[in-house]
Amino acid sequence: MSLSSKQKATVKDFFSKMSTRSDDIGAEALSRLVAVYPQTKSYFSHWKDASPGSAPVRKHGITIMGGVYDAVGKIDDLKGGLLSLSELHAFMLRVDPVNFKLLAHRMLVCMSMIFPEEFTPQVHVAVDKFLAQLALALAEKYR
Amino acid sequence: MVEWTDNERAIINSIFSNLDYEEIGRKSLCRCLIVYPWTQRYFGGFGNLYNAETILCNPLIAAHGTKILHGLDRALKNMDDIKNTYAELSLLHSDKLHVDPDNFRLLADCLTVVIAAKMGPAFTVDTQVAWQKFLSVVVSALGRQYH
Repeated sequence: MSLSSKQKATVKDFFSKMSTRSDDIGAEALSRLVAVYPQTKSYFSHWKDASPGSAPVRKHGITIMGGVYDAVGKIDDLKGGLLSLSELHAFMLRVDPVNFKLLAHRMLVCMSMIFPEEFTPQVHVAVDKFLAQLALALAEKYR
Repeated sequence: MVEWTDNERAIINSIFSNLDYEEIGRKSLCRCLIVYPWTQRYFGGFGNLYNAETILCNPLIAAHGTKILHGLDRALKNMDDIKNTYAELSLLHSDKLHVDPDNFRLLADCLTVVIAAKMGPAFTVDTQVAWQKFLSVVVSALGRQYH
């Protein structure tokens, strides 16, 4: 399920269109993750408030989205480019990788909400594949 | 409510009546920590988990594995209402222990592998079907009260 060069171009193009609203998408996506899957809050027990829409959740969503944008720049070698992030997740954060898929879907929902015209089925498949590859690269060092 | 056939009840009861809780509990939890190393995140206070060998020799892990397995006794005694039987334990895992419920599925998978190894050919297809049904109900009940 690797990305064709056309799909890579589609991803880069869509993310660049999205860049003005990327913070909102990141913040919304994480908020929706903790709302729809409350068990994901188990990773944020050190925050005073991990409810959907809270300040720490929104801020962290923006951080994660920043990481995703960074990955777009490394789309030709996600495993190599995301090595240190993978080590962070594998040895420090130890987020169960099933959650990457859950968050990816929340991101797709937010993208389609905010950019309904641009988020065509072709864009959807390319971005979904990209996020799946990103998740794999992040989980690379897990075991 | 989950429906159980007489055959399924018999299979589950039979597995538990022949179960060595200490052996199977220890092996299952160790296996989970080794096969899915990110699950170690919940065991910071359990001593040396440096590699597979140290995990397998760790007495705190062994004791905890036995404890978890005995937790399944509740479901065995209340097969017709597993959801409510585990309501309090589910809240505990959500509010105090902050365990991602996907871990229940991972541990259940390891437990199945360990039991299969123990039972060999006696772990027939029907046995596996009943056993996995039982575990999936338990896993679901344990994740039910997360909010």
